[in-house]
Amino acid sequence: MPPVRRNEDPRLLRGLGCFVDDVDPPGVLHAAILRSPYGHARIGRIDTSVALAHPGVRAVYTAADLGDFNQPAPLVVPHPSLTHGRTQRPLAEGKVCYIGEAVAMVVAEDRYMAEDAVGLIDVEWEPLPTVVDFRVAHEPDQPLVHDDVPNNIAARLEQVVGDPESAFHQAAHVFEEHLFIERSCGSPIETRGVVAVFDPLQQSLTVWDATQAPLTIKNGLANMLGLPEFKVEVIAPDVGGGFGTKIMLFFAEEVLVPWAAMQLRQPVKWTEDRREHFISANQERGQLHTARVAVDAGGCILGVESAFIHDTGAYTPYGMVVPIITVTQLPGPYKVPNYRSEFTVVYTNTPCVSPYRGAGRPHACFVMERLIDRIARELALEPNEVRRRNFLQPDDFPWDVGLTFQDGGPTKYDSGNYPAGLAMAEEMIDLASFRDRQAAARADHRYLGIGFAAYVEGTGIGPYEGAHVRVEPSGRVLAITGLTSQGQGHYTSFAQIVAAELGCDVGDVTVVTGDTSRFNWGAGTYASRALVTAGNALGLAARRVRDKVLTLAAELLEVSPGDLELAQGKAMVRGAPGRELTLGALATAANPIRYAYGKEANQAALRLVKAHEGAVLREGEEPGLEARGFFAPERATWASGQHAAIIEVDPLTGDLRFVRYVVVHDCGVLINPTIVEGQIHGGVAQGIGGAFYERLHFDDSGQLINASFMDFLMPTAVEVPDIEIAHIETPSPLNPLGVKGVGEAGTIPVAALVAEAVEDALAPFGVRISEMPLSPTRIRELIEAAAAR
Amino acid sequence: MPERRQPINLEVNGRTYQRSVEPRLLLSDFLRHELRLTGTHVGCEHGVCGACTVLVDQQPTRSCLMLAIQADGASITTVEGLADGQLLHPIQQAFWDAHGLQCGFCTSGMLITTVALLRDHPRPSDREIREALSGNLCRCTGYQNVVRAVRLAAERMDAASP
Repeated sequence: MPPVRRNEDPRLLRGLGCFVDDVDPPGVLHAAILRSPYGHARIGRIDTSVALAHPGVRAVYTAADLGDFNQPAPLVVPHPSLTHGRTQRPLAEGKVCYIGEAVAMVVAEDRYMAEDAVGLIDVEWEPLPTVVDFRVAHEPDQPLVHDDVPNNIAARLEQVVGDPESAFHQAAHVFEEHLFIERSCGSPIETRGVVAVFDPLQQSLTVWDATQAPLTIKNGLANMLGLPEFKVEVIAPDVGGGFGTKIMLFFAEEVLVPWAAMQLRQPVKWTEDRREHFISANQERGQLHTARVAVDAGGCILGVESAFIHDTGAYTPYGMVVPIITVTQLPGPYKVPNYRSEFTVVYTNTPCVSPYRGAGRPHACFVMERLIDRIARELALEPNEVRRRNFLQPDDFPWDVGLTFQDGGPTKYDSGNYPAGLAMAEEMIDLASFRDRQAAARADHRYLGIGFAAYVEGTGIGPYEGAHVRVEPSGRVLAITGLTSQGQGHYTSFAQIVAAELGCDVGDVTVVTGDTSRFNWGAGTYASRALVTAGNALGLAARRVRDKVLTLAAELLEVSPGDLELAQGKAMVRGAPGRELTLGALATAANPIRYAYGKEANQAALRLVKAHEGAVLREGEEPGLEARGFFAPERATWASGQHAAIIEVDPLTGDLRFVRYVVVHDCGVLINPTIVEGQIHGGVAQGIGGAFYERLHFDDSGQLINASFMDFLMPTAVEVPDIEIAHIETPSPLNPLGVKGVGEAGTIPVAALVAEAVEDALAPFGVRISEMPLSPTRIRELIEAAAAR
Repeated sequence: MPERRQPINLEVNGRTYQRSVEPRLLLSDFLRHELRLTGTHVGCEHGVCGACTVLVDQQPTRSCLMLAIQADGASITTVEGLADGQLLHPIQQAFWDAHGLQCGFCTSGMLITTVALLRDHPRPSDREIREALSGNLCRCTGYQNVVRAVRLAAERMDAASP
């Protein structure tokens, strides 16, 4: 079968997409934000008079102007161990805790004027000492980010599975690693943006927001602004990449812009610029791990201990979600019978941390795979032999890791086949011949290295998503869900699910996402959950519509539903060519009014709607071919994968090049392989960025000194290699479609795999990798450090 | 103070426009918000991401690094000018066929860059394609299918050329 092309592409390719900044309501005003230039400072007097007098300026707001509205954002994921959670107010009050924190907002007739006026606001600052290095933030005598949070510690959590103490006591060997992962960020090419229109006559608010969770934003805004929920609409139109960055409840601007639109009774728009994105949008990674592994003489893992510090930045908008994911996913595809984990979440004077594609998993995979490599080195085994000796086997499922996952449910794997995946990856990359090739290259002073990494990913978490499917008299099918699309191809993969139930063309299904006026229930697109939750909800809704179609068609064609098949957009009687009704005709007949619009619908109505006695709807019967469906997964479903790469390192320059990159991936049943592979390509590219290039470099005052695309290096088409992909399909038993999520998968193992490959390439130099990212400069330093040992 | 507006005349996608603009108005903002040609996207406003790339007198140009008044007298092509009515440009068609886009935000710049590439190098190697695209950042695709799309477009356009 040829690949299914995406429904959404023609309009995007023509430049006819609708991104938030494309929305320009008549009379729209433009906002610009004054952001803190200090990492930590008390705010004295704020003089806005000059800014207010600037031509075109309509309003300047500070915390004082917001009054009671200026409340700290909700703590989205509370946890008993989060003893000192703190969230941000829309505008800073009293003091600022990071460079980029919003302090005042100007609204003017155009963005240029608004930015002029931001520069005219005079603030008396009293700079305070900063704490930026999270590795020492909890130590005594460090400055406090929040005056009432001792030692900058937001949370501590210890979790134990089995009896790690005995395991370590009985072990033949215990190895310890100290591992460091730097702060990075998602950097979608579209920045954040909000447009708000308040209609004073209707007392209704419409907000366009580049968010991954419009329903949550809508309900929160209604509550904050004192409006009924049904008077607030939030639309996430086309969203130009999210990667977790665009899900936050709430970014300051998501609250400020609608509020200003209500105050001014005029539309207000704010579009983030790239510098603002670097200093005020959320970021992630940033963990320091001490990890120990206990093994028997054969390299079988008896226990793992992991202690780490997690940098949450200035606030904890997402509680402890990222470190909890690290903890629960650290054992990965391996049997770890005894496990102790403890982490400390610390505040620093840097932007907030919330999940970014991978969300704690790249860290976990890096730690576990570094331990695997250490075992291999110490016991003189190939790393993959250590992997094989410790892999969960296909008959081990369901496998309960013994920990509480991010969604509050068990960390319980549902299906997978890790040994088969690794064997495929070895074969694809031709491990058998690699060592000869490596030796030949070394003789030529070229340094090739091979690396593997294996991981699991808990995907498709609840709580639930819903869907509404309706056949229209035109024959087109409308499929609506509450979550959003940021490029994942939902307009196509969701359409495929519906089309398969209704027997119509994928192109005849119009998928609507991210519009709260169309569907009122659901959570959002994050945590690799959209296909599992909304996909299955759409499948269930479409199944109900299918049942209605069959019932109605059977009645009209005077056959039993079992004699019918749905194909080519029609209900057809098997074995009776021509005895058929189109979905459009059936939709017309399903609406028992006395008229129909359009020639075909009219004919259908004339032909199909028969006179009958009594009410046209039986009790409990509804008009139309439509239904809703909801899917709430019992627990997460676990995708997995094994990546392999051959790289070449130039020891003189520290530069790296991928020779080959191979992925074996299992996300259960594949709905659209092309889209799945695209997700993996993008994930790997982002992982490569995290492994080699992307590091947010804060100085001691909290100033981000590489806050531009000139200095924060993301991989381009030249750096990312072709990625060869193979699939294993172990269907999930936890949902009707048998699918698992794939959004984040590609990113997770890249840093771990690169570490193994670089160590292998530079084995003659004795280089050891215990950090990410690795720039060429850093590789040179590591080579020199190894030489000095 | 707002600066005095200046008249400009330019051609965009074959249509002539006469407007009066502030000297500091970026070409990208002019196209998007004055002419409402919102297919040209703005990703960084400092000339790195390439999303805002348009053809100015046939040359691929960062519209965020150029003022609208500098385009006085110029002929500009934006993504909206590529298709021939209902018929997609072969490069657009190839991006569709090869899954060369995901969120679609960087896509306009990719397409315009590719128009210039294939005009100047009708049979580029993969290396040349990657070099040509290296000024356009994409965060979704990992570039692989973008490269595939450009290759496909090149093959089709080359086969169709006399």
